Amino acid sequence: MATQSNLAHQDAPQPGRRDFLYIAAGAVGAVGVAGVTWPLINQLNPDASVLALASIEFDLSGIEEGQSVTIKWRGLPVFVRHRTAAEIAEAQAVPLSDLKDPETDEQRTKPGHEQWLIMIANCTHLGCVPVGESGDFDGWFCPCHGSHYDSAGRIRKGPAPKNLVLPPYEFVSDTLVKIG
Amino acid sequence: MAHESSYVPGNAVEKWIDDRLPIIRWSKEHLMDYPTPKNLNYWWTFGAILAFMLGVQIVTGIVLAMHYTPHVSLAFDSVEHIRRDVNGGRVIQAVHTTGASMFFAAVYIHMFRGLYFGSYKAPREILWILGVIIFVLMVTTAFMGYVLPWGQMSFWAATVITNIVGAIPVIGNPILELLRGGFAVDNATLNRFFSLHYLLPFVIAAVVALHIWALHVPGNSNPTGVEVKSSRDTVPFHPYYTMKDLFAIVVFCIPFAWFVFFAPDILGHPDNYIMANSQVTPTHIVPEWYFLPFYAILRAIDFNIFFIDSKLGGVIFFAGAILVLFFVPWLDTSKVRSGSFRPIFKWFYWLFVANFVLLAYLGSAPAEGIFVLLSKIATAYYFIYFLIVLPLLGRFETPRELPTSISESVLKHSTPVGGADPALAKTTH
Repeated sequence: MATQSNLAHQDAPQPGRRDFLYIAAGAVGAVGVAGVTWPLINQLNPDASVLALASIEFDLSGIEEGQSVTIKWRGLPVFVRHRTAAEIAEAQAVPLSDLKDPETDEQRTKPGHEQWLIMIANCTHLGCVPVGESGDFDGWFCPCHGSHYDSAGRIRKGPAPKNLVLPPYEFVSDTLVKIG
Repeated sequence: MAHESSYVPGNAVEKWIDDRLPIIRWSKEHLMDYPTPKNLNYWWTFGAILAFMLGVQIVTGIVLAMHYTPHVSLAFDSVEHIRRDVNGGRVIQAVHTTGASMFFAAVYIHMFRGLYFGSYKAPREILWILGVIIFVLMVTTAFMGYVLPWGQMSFWAATVITNIVGAIPVIGNPILELLRGGFAVDNATLNRFFSLHYLLPFVIAAVVALHIWALHVPGNSNPTGVEVKSSRDTVPFHPYYTMKDLFAIVVFCIPFAWFVFFAPDILGHPDNYIMANSQVTPTHIVPEWYFLPFYAILRAIDFNIFFIDSKLGGVIFFAGAILVLFFVPWLDTSKVRSGSFRPIFKWFYWLFVANFVLLAYLGSAPAEGIFVLLSKIATAYYFIYFLIVLPLLGRFETPRELPTSISESVLKHSTPVGGADPALAKTTH
């Protein structure tokens, strides 16, 4: 049984050795749990085989003017469109004030290669693939929720918030493009 | 519960078990003697129907998993293999897919019953919240299950719905890649959805156990909304409600069987018989019917709200439409529980039901013309009902006079001789 002086000691408000050990042990346990949880979550992230496909080269020489193809990059569909002169002129003539996500046509193409429009083919709303050469702006129309894109792939009407996303790419030569 | 256990072990073995694990005592108390209001109508049988459907989905699902292959190049064919080659597979697969629809039909009726009769009011708030959690788990499970056949609709449903997460500012994209296990929906996504689709029904079963526990503490609500006052207001669960529930389950199985045997694909989409193709989206994608009202709400927000862009706005309203259900016990300020005694509430309630059906229709209609405007109006009423009508109506409405007890309300409708027989009890609804 505790004596009178022992009781007085235990009632003291300042934290003692036990409180410190209690918090320290709890903290070590929490770090341990977090350390074990992280790999279990991280395994959900894209794996090495997915990341290994992050860059591709594509030969443009087979695509005629007015034609477009859909290729696959990192599992995503990518539009490669050889635009007609009329489409380029139309895209360049649009005033920025008409745009929901203002970007000039020059910002969406590479200098000297204005005829090539290369963009990720997922609607920026919820990811459907828009249908080419349709919609109210001579560009793309997304059938899922009715977003209209113009001939530079810019959002003009509908629920999508952004222009079609441009992947990082560069021209290796006039007919060879490296995406990623 | 304010009743004593009436269990007396019948022999030495039962006594031996009862002293160590009183499971027979517990079962008798909760599955047989449980005092249940004697005026429950058939809307109250949907709880048992839902428990039955959860069992059906788990049993058929385990069987299907024995024949299904979760790989992008094999999944589509393995489902066709189940339908064509596996013994009885055509029926088992149809029970599972149309079973999802029947499950949702029952859960919507169950929820609308709760909303009409005020089943969420004190002391049953936790019971209601657990129910909403079960609904969220059901939505998640059904969505992942729909992806597994790997048809065009499966693939694009997975793409569109996971993209919803991408609308969250800053952290949206990393979470999106984490969910998909890649930059697009692919094999990693299919594999994890299969794993989770197998897991979640057991999580649902666990929450259902909590749901029933939370039911058995205050006891059932009832169509009058008047609490049980004496043992004269109740009958034992068995045989009165075990039989009534069983009868309801049999009746429920009639349309279920019709779908399974005569129209297993009528609720599906022909596009899902085309294998998934990440390069082409079907021209008109719609979710399964049971998601249509919420899908209509997601689409209705096609305008920016201050600094919130239309995409994030749609997601906020979509999530809000379900999250608001968690707060219903506190949004409804009326002291009267049952809608039967609330003359003005009834109008708003039935308008809400009609509005929900309208939202379902709009979710399936193309996003153009008059449908766009109607979607916005219907979405507005969905939220007005919860956030404005329910809080204010409790203050302004004069409810009808309540019966003093369940027995009184039952006897009022019956002949004196039959009054004590719950089978003759009429409902107030």
